[in-house]
Amino acid sequence: MTLLYFAWVRQKIGKGEEALEASVADVAGLIAHLKSLGPNYADAFADLSRIRVAVNQHHAGLDAKVGPDDEVAFFPPVTGG
Amino acid sequence: MKTSIRIQRADFDLNAEVAALTEDGESGAVASFTGHVRKEGNLSTLTLEHYPHMTEAEIARLAEEARQRWPLTGVTVVHRVGSLKPGDRIVLVAVASEHRHAAFQACEFLMDYLKTHAPFWKEEARAGERHWVEHRHSDDDAAERWNK
Repeated sequence: MTLLYFAWVRQKIGKGEEALEASVADVAGLIAHLKSLGPNYADAFADLSRIRVAVNQHHAGLDAKVGPDDEVAFFPPVTGG
Repeated sequence: MKTSIRIQRADFDLNAEVAALTEDGESGAVASFTGHVRKEGNLSTLTLEHYPHMTEAEIARLAEEARQRWPLTGVTVVHRVGSLKPGDRIVLVAVASEHRHAAFQACEFLMDYLKTHAPFWKEEARAGERHWVEHRHSDDDAAERWNK
């Protein structure tokens, strides 16, 4: 799957985009996997109340299903306008 | 409904945008909102980042939601990204309808939902230090009232 990171999530992880092969069922499982990859990921995902998710460019929850062909984005609550 | 959604670095011209919305003569009313960078304390620069493609898709979904709620003839949303200074224009929402009531309401609805749904993030620079702007819960409340 394709992972995208924005704003301080991107800065904490240290990249804006990456491809990942992982057998996870949902967003919560994906986050648990990412947190095991290194302290930068663990730091970015330390407080999930500050993280928002989009799956295939639609806002989604932690229980949203994800698969190999999906685009999953992680970012802080939005501040546009 | 005539819909124009653009994310751009360049500035925009309110008169030109309203002229484009009304040139066919079908709209008796246009309500518009323009947001500017507010000079708060020692703010020097505001830098806006967004999620390309999702931003446009999300705003299009919000415009469609507005069209289902009110009889609209046109919606234009222009949102700037990149580096902006105090006083600069950031966002334009312009809504056209046959009559004013729908235009006023849909313009406010779109702005409230854009604030809580469109994937933009602001980073402030103050005296050489940069930090990300925190989401405001009052914006959630403003969007939530449309669900009552």
